[in-house]
Amino acid sequence: MKSLGSIRRDFAPWNDPNAKPYIQFDKVTKKFGDFTAVNNLSLTIFEREFFALLGASGCGKSTLLRMLAGFEEPTAGRILLDGQDLRGIPPYKRPVNMMFQSYALFPHMTVEKNIAFGLKQEGMPGPDIEKRVAEMLKLVKLEQFAKRKPHQLSGGQRQRVALARSVAKRPKVLLLDEPLGALDKKLREETQFELMDLQQELGLTFVVVTHDQEEAMTMADRIAIMDKGEVMQVATPAEIYEAPTSRFVAHFVGNVNMFEGKVAEHTANATRITGATGAQIVVDNGGNAAAGSDIVFAIRPEKIKVSSKKPADAVNALEGEVYDVAYLGDMTVFHIRLDDGQIVRASALNASRVTEDPLTWNDRAWVSFRPDAGVVLTR
Amino acid sequence: MADIAATAAPSTETTTLPARLAKSFVNRLVIIIPYLWLLFFFLVPFIIVFKISLSQTAISMPPYTPVLDFSDGISGFFAGFRELNFDNYTWLTQDALYFNAYVTSLIIAAISTILTLIVGYPIAYGMARAPATIRPTLLMLVILPFWTSFLIRVYAWIGILKPEGLLNQLLMSLHIISQPLVILNTYTAIFIGIVYSYLPFMVLPLYSSLEKMDYSLVEAAEDLGCPPIGAFWKITFPLSLPGVVAGCLLVFIPAVGEFVIPDLLGGSQTLMIGKTLWNEFFSNRDWPVSSAVAVILLLVLTIPIMFFQQAQAKAQEQGR
Repeated sequence: MKSLGSIRRDFAPWNDPNAKPYIQFDKVTKKFGDFTAVNNLSLTIFEREFFALLGASGCGKSTLLRMLAGFEEPTAGRILLDGQDLRGIPPYKRPVNMMFQSYALFPHMTVEKNIAFGLKQEGMPGPDIEKRVAEMLKLVKLEQFAKRKPHQLSGGQRQRVALARSVAKRPKVLLLDEPLGALDKKLREETQFELMDLQQELGLTFVVVTHDQEEAMTMADRIAIMDKGEVMQVATPAEIYEAPTSRFVAHFVGNVNMFEGKVAEHTANATRITGATGAQIVVDNGGNAAAGSDIVFAIRPEKIKVSSKKPADAVNALEGEVYDVAYLGDMTVFHIRLDDGQIVRASALNASRVTEDPLTWNDRAWVSFRPDAGVVLTR
Repeated sequence: MADIAATAAPSTETTTLPARLAKSFVNRLVIIIPYLWLLFFFLVPFIIVFKISLSQTAISMPPYTPVLDFSDGISGFFAGFRELNFDNYTWLTQDALYFNAYVTSLIIAAISTILTLIVGYPIAYGMARAPATIRPTLLMLVILPFWTSFLIRVYAWIGILKPEGLLNQLLMSLHIISQPLVILNTYTAIFIGIVYSYLPFMVLPLYSSLEKMDYSLVEAAEDLGCPPIGAFWKITFPLSLPGVVAGCLLVFIPAVGEFVIPDLLGGSQTLMIGKTLWNEFFSNRDWPVSSAVAVILLLVLTIPIMFFQQAQAKAQEQGR
């Protein structure tokens, strides 16, 4: 069975036409004065999904989250949670909890009291609160820090307190605003997996806002790529990476080579593309772009093979010169200047310690790739 | 401090002995200046006042005896020293007037402080939550009254509060009252005067503690199910307590010894320690007794504040 990416996903309610949406943004617009933060946006999130909103700062992703939490009301459109219209419901009555980017821990309360805060508001009886707080402290492995104040904790510990506090009430949806933004790289990677485990364990729906594509790719079931208040693409991490639908998405996630060109002709099971500078490329997933129309052929660096001689069986092979090489240990990155002037980035996994065909600066080289290695983009 | 400076840069060439001594001298000088200031402009005058309070009133120039000087040589100085006694303090305890004046002053100051807090907190809160662009303007408006003489502003209140004054004219023309209200020369007028005059001292520390508070804390409280009023009392108010304490001290301490406001707005019946002090000093020309009043006032104010600050420092140490 062929599939995009290397992971098979069994949890995929978005492919099930009968699945009931859990959170629905229905033509939502949010304006701050003249500035449109979110523009006529529709989005569906399913129960128990780990959903990521990914975009550069100012793209409207945080506004979307704040509208879900109730801190902002949409200028137009509806937001539905489990079938209920959220309009007019204040934040303190919504069954969602948020983990703030700054953590927003109450500085005058101990860790314990911070976690118990939401439960007390609910009017939960004292012994039950104690039990739940102990449970939460165990979950985030902070049992011995219960009596500490937030400023006596490290950044990573504060992050866990914030997390424990926001899940203590067992919300229907947990909103996470840049949950790992303040952690250093190593801690961030560890915590990514912890968050995924936690989501599985609690069976909650997570909506996370992030600007870090790696974070989104690692954790999310689906990612919505946002730009200027609009959703550019909603798909699984593998689809986002392997089958972007626009230049913006292809560029935003990972590295990519773009060949400007025209569709030369469609044959039975292939499409021939003529690059703007003369390169001839044959692809087997040309899409429905009409012959003669302007397109972009996008291909990821690791899908391109670099060799000193033209590979005999290659469908697509272009000649050029090694412009730059970087050896990164696990892989080597080549910048090849094709004879038509375009620079192509190719990365080769160093799967073995010894290379038969070493290349250096200014060597003649061939880049080759399979007909299904890239995608044809019309926008 | 000198040690920190020396260990912070152990490798640099400037850490020779003379350079280190020079550095430590500069560091000490920085600390010494405020101490010298306090010594010459607080401690020395206080000792003089304290000495006068131990003297006896006399019809002379200066109006007390003994005058400690060296006109009779060293022995004369010590002879004068032996004449000092605590009679004036005993006198203060014998006349209920002074005790009542102290108690009234403390009560009036406490009530005024609470009223100032009630008026000042919403102002400071509004300022702190206002758009960042207009905050400097609002701050300016709070400070603006200082540009006019304090005395003139208090006099202006006479014009507003007197029976035929602006307030009564307004209320009567609106037919809210038929008889003019008697406000001037009552305690109410003193409260109005103190709240008005000391409001900036309350608003500024409150504003500075509210302004630096992270608003996402309030959002977090609301997100966890706390309605806005609850979030105010559970989050905003406790976190603004340092500002509340600072503002209250800044209002309470000068209000206890306030003289101008009770004199101009409170009339002759109101009894406050500042006025009593003035009367002893200028009407009775009894410097020793008025000095004793001043010394007791200082003790009444500083001792509780010292205990309070010690307790606060301890609490902070435990909390932090």
